Amino acid sequence: MASEDAALSIAPARPPLWRDAKFRGIAYQIAFVCAVAGLIAFAVHNTLGNIGRQNIATGFGFLRREAAFGIGESLIEYSPADTYARAFLVGLTNTLHVAALGTVFATILGTLMGLARLSRNWLVAKLARVYVETFRNIPLPLQLFFWWGLLNKMSPGPRQAWQILPDVFVSNRGIVYPVPFANPVYEWVGAAFCIGAVAAIGFRRWAKQRQARTGQQLPAGWVTLGLIAGLPLAVFLGFGAPLALDTPALKGFNFSGGSSMSPEFAALLIGLVIYTGTFIAEIVRAGILAVNWGQSEAAMALGLRSGQRMRLVVLPQALRVIVPPLTSQYLSLTKNSSLAVIIGFPDLVSIANTTMNQTGQAIEGIAMIMAVYLFLSLAISLAMNAYNRAVALVER
Amino acid sequence: MADIAHDVPIAAEAPPPRSTGALGWLKANLFSSLTNTILTLLCIALLVVAIPPVVRWALIDAIWHAPNGQACHGDGACWAFIGEKFRFILFGFFPVAETWRPVVVVGIFLLMIVAACDRRMWGRRLGILWLIGLCAVFALMRGGFAGMGKVETAMWSGLPLTLILAIVGMLFGFPLGVLLALGRRSRLPAVRTICIGYIELIRGVPLITLLFMASLMLPLFLPAGVTIDKLVRAQVAFILFAGAYLAEVVRGGLQAIPRGQIEAADALGLSYFQRTRLIVLPQALAMVIPPLVNTFIGIFKDTALVIIISLFDLLTTAETALTDGAWQGFYVEAYVFIGVIYWSFCFFMSRYSQLLEREFNRGRRR
Amino acid sequence: MSDAKADSGTMIELQAVHKWYGDFHVLKDINLQVGKGEKVVVCGPSGSGKSTMIRCINRLEEHQQGRIVVAGIELNADLKNIDAVRREVGMVFQQFNLFPHLTVLQNLTLAPIWVRKLPKKEAEETARYYLERVRIPDQADKYPGQLSGGQQQRVAIARSLCMKPEIMLFDEPTSALDPEMIKEVLDVMVSLAEEGMTMVCVTHEMGFARTVADMMVFMDRGEVIERAPPKDFFANPKSDRTRAFLSQIIAH
Repeated sequence: MASEDAALSIAPARPPLWRDAKFRGIAYQIAFVCAVAGLIAFAVHNTLGNIGRQNIATGFGFLRREAAFGIGESLIEYSPADTYARAFLVGLTNTLHVAALGTVFATILGTLMGLARLSRNWLVAKLARVYVETFRNIPLPLQLFFWWGLLNKMSPGPRQAWQILPDVFVSNRGIVYPVPFANPVYEWVGAAFCIGAVAAIGFRRWAKQRQARTGQQLPAGWVTLGLIAGLPLAVFLGFGAPLALDTPALKGFNFSGGSSMSPEFAALLIGLVIYTGTFIAEIVRAGILAVNWGQSEAAMALGLRSGQRMRLVVLPQALRVIVPPLTSQYLSLTKNSSLAVIIGFPDLVSIANTTMNQTGQAIEGIAMIMAVYLFLSLAISLAMNAYNRAVALVER
Repeated sequence: MADIAHDVPIAAEAPPPRSTGALGWLKANLFSSLTNTILTLLCIALLVVAIPPVVRWALIDAIWHAPNGQACHGDGACWAFIGEKFRFILFGFFPVAETWRPVVVVGIFLLMIVAACDRRMWGRRLGILWLIGLCAVFALMRGGFAGMGKVETAMWSGLPLTLILAIVGMLFGFPLGVLLALGRRSRLPAVRTICIGYIELIRGVPLITLLFMASLMLPLFLPAGVTIDKLVRAQVAFILFAGAYLAEVVRGGLQAIPRGQIEAADALGLSYFQRTRLIVLPQALAMVIPPLVNTFIGIFKDTALVIIISLFDLLTTAETALTDGAWQGFYVEAYVFIGVIYWSFCFFMSRYSQLLEREFNRGRRR
Repeated sequence: MSDAKADSGTMIELQAVHKWYGDFHVLKDINLQVGKGEKVVVCGPSGSGKSTMIRCINRLEEHQQGRIVVAGIELNADLKNIDAVRREVGMVFQQFNLFPHLTVLQNLTLAPIWVRKLPKKEAEETARYYLERVRIPDQADKYPGQLSGGQQQRVAIARSLCMKPEIMLFDEPTSALDPEMIKEVLDVMVSLAEEGMTMVCVTHEMGFARTVADMMVFMDRGEVIERAPPKDFFANPKSDRTRAFLSQIIAH
């Protein structure tokens, strides 16, 4: 119609270019990007000049060269004749080794301490508080030096080693502990464990269906424990319980037998676990406190018992609050493992540092370290975001 | 049941004795059930085993005066070592004759921090005070005028260095963090991407790598002939580091501002910069002061890392003191000494932060 | 509403009950009897201890002196007794307290499955029946966060009913609701009362009290001041304090 045509032909007047919001947005962005790019270009230009002047090599070719330095401990085979690339790999495996163990033990310690802080027992709660407040407020490097000093410099030689547990000795060569001799029986035990685990999963599923059908509950927890622990134990005993431990024994100037842990590794692990444990304790505590007391009351009023309340009502809600900061602590622990360099444990940063000193190629070395840690951060972040999305409480 | 009516109020009585008072408290808190009783006994056992040896070592058997390291080795702690070395541990290589200068510097820093804790000071007055304080600190440390000898930055060490790195890092990192946080929430995709990229990069890597980067790579980024002081390099690393972490803290505050605030500001005709400066930022920043304090505590602890780039902060001077040939092997004494210093600082700052949090929660509608 | 006093059996009995919070004497010499099918409404100013008293009935609070007997079971520190009492007593809270991580249906079937050990199908049938009774049958698969306040409280009532309790306790069930949603919840409570449920209700809704209550109980500063059927209670309050309180409430 005529009025429609008239309406269509009336369009808002285009403002002058410098007042147009969209144009300004684009202009700002171009200016910003140019500024940042300019800064980067300046840095790159200078760097190239300086590299040329100081005769520093570039590129990643050095990775194929022989490393020519020894590494104190490694999970994989390594000798100074191996390449720098292999040295990096050793560092990476060491970092992952410490980070993985540290994460597990810190979680256990932190959870126990967090629950202890919530305990009705005044003494337990106060002691847990002392632990958290003490180790949280002292810098981690200092704590590492302390443990390393204790294990490395202050501990006696193997001949006067401290015995902290039967057959576990601490000396300035490290901590030695007994391990069982390799024995074919352990393969059977391992197989029994796997069978037990599968059986436990199957049983739980069957018990759940049975409960849905008839309402009767079976002690799934005990049966699971019995299958996972009892079955391998039964197999072990069935073979006559061959418990031959390779115990460390003093031979001459050092221990032989058993397995050992270097002072550096032990100090790093202990320091990381104790320090990160304090943060995890606070996270667990905050998570459980975050669950409204009314939720527990409603569960109580319905007749649910304490264990059922925890399992069905409190923990699922608490975990939603706990998991995000917890994974951030895991990331923090992984990054803190880089402090290994100050006590001489050969982790990724430490080995990269040695490499950079030898080859002079600081840029490539630092870039590699950053790339590894960024990859780990991203992986953990992605996992956490996926978990968060999956368990988000549904609201309007 | 008969109808009843009570007009004379019943007087309040005292509770039954077993449920209050010392006995009642013990019963409720320590011995309320079998598991609790066992736990209590275990804790008491732990304390009995752990505390007496520590007290004996630290106090009873301790040696308080000794001429040298040899004479000081005994069953107990050698506090004579601290007596001998504390000046070096605290102030490092600063010329001994001018020790009053770093002492005053530490005093100024403490004053600045205490002033920042007093709420009445928040505002422009605090900014000016801090500016003056910082200038005074640098003037005193550098010297070169008014009869004070010039002291190169390489000599700045110990507690003053730790405080400088932490406080200057926070002070300059804070505006950087605010800008990054605002940039991260920008509608302009280029700005947002770059800010997110920077924040995730810095937060994803250990501080050690940033220190290495600043120490080894920063000289390469500069034109030939321009040298940059080692302290400045480390300081830059801390500023960049603090900026990224503070950005996330400030972002939390920005996210908590209700949309209605921005809409009201727009309705009043304020520009982006005006509404950010006058409406959004004041509210956002006020909300995140406790996490800001926590970040500061974290950065203060992280200054101990500069040992790797051979800057002599409090931890490094302690380590150096331990290498003295005449006084060998007093690791625990040294670590306890600086441990107490670090711990006191961090503990009281964190108590302050908890106090703030409680006050803010009280003010807000629950 | 009903004139005949409860006949068979006393459902709830409080004898000389005292409670302290530390040194603060919060319940002073409470004596109360509720018979089967009787509906008791407890009112009083805030801080009078009425919520505390009702929460002592299912042991959400512990009393330090006196006796409490619920459905023939004595309430003391014995866990078995406490569990038994809680099975027979349902409670509706002011803040609903629905479990946000479970659907409405799961909220209702949780306790019947885990406490009464019912098969899942039977629990779900009961749940759907009560959802129908509170008039929101189509919300079974929604999460509590998706419902309005009035709907959430009705789900909370249904959740308690699924345990088939002998007694229902209501702790200010409508105080947290927007005005337009109060009626839907009160309607459900009235229909519950009409079916003969034994109810103890703490509330400010005097209209509801007049309709449903067999007995009004007025509490102030930790003691029971007056106890009378609603007719006498509202028309002829015997105590000054009751009069003062009623004049404040009925004023508007």
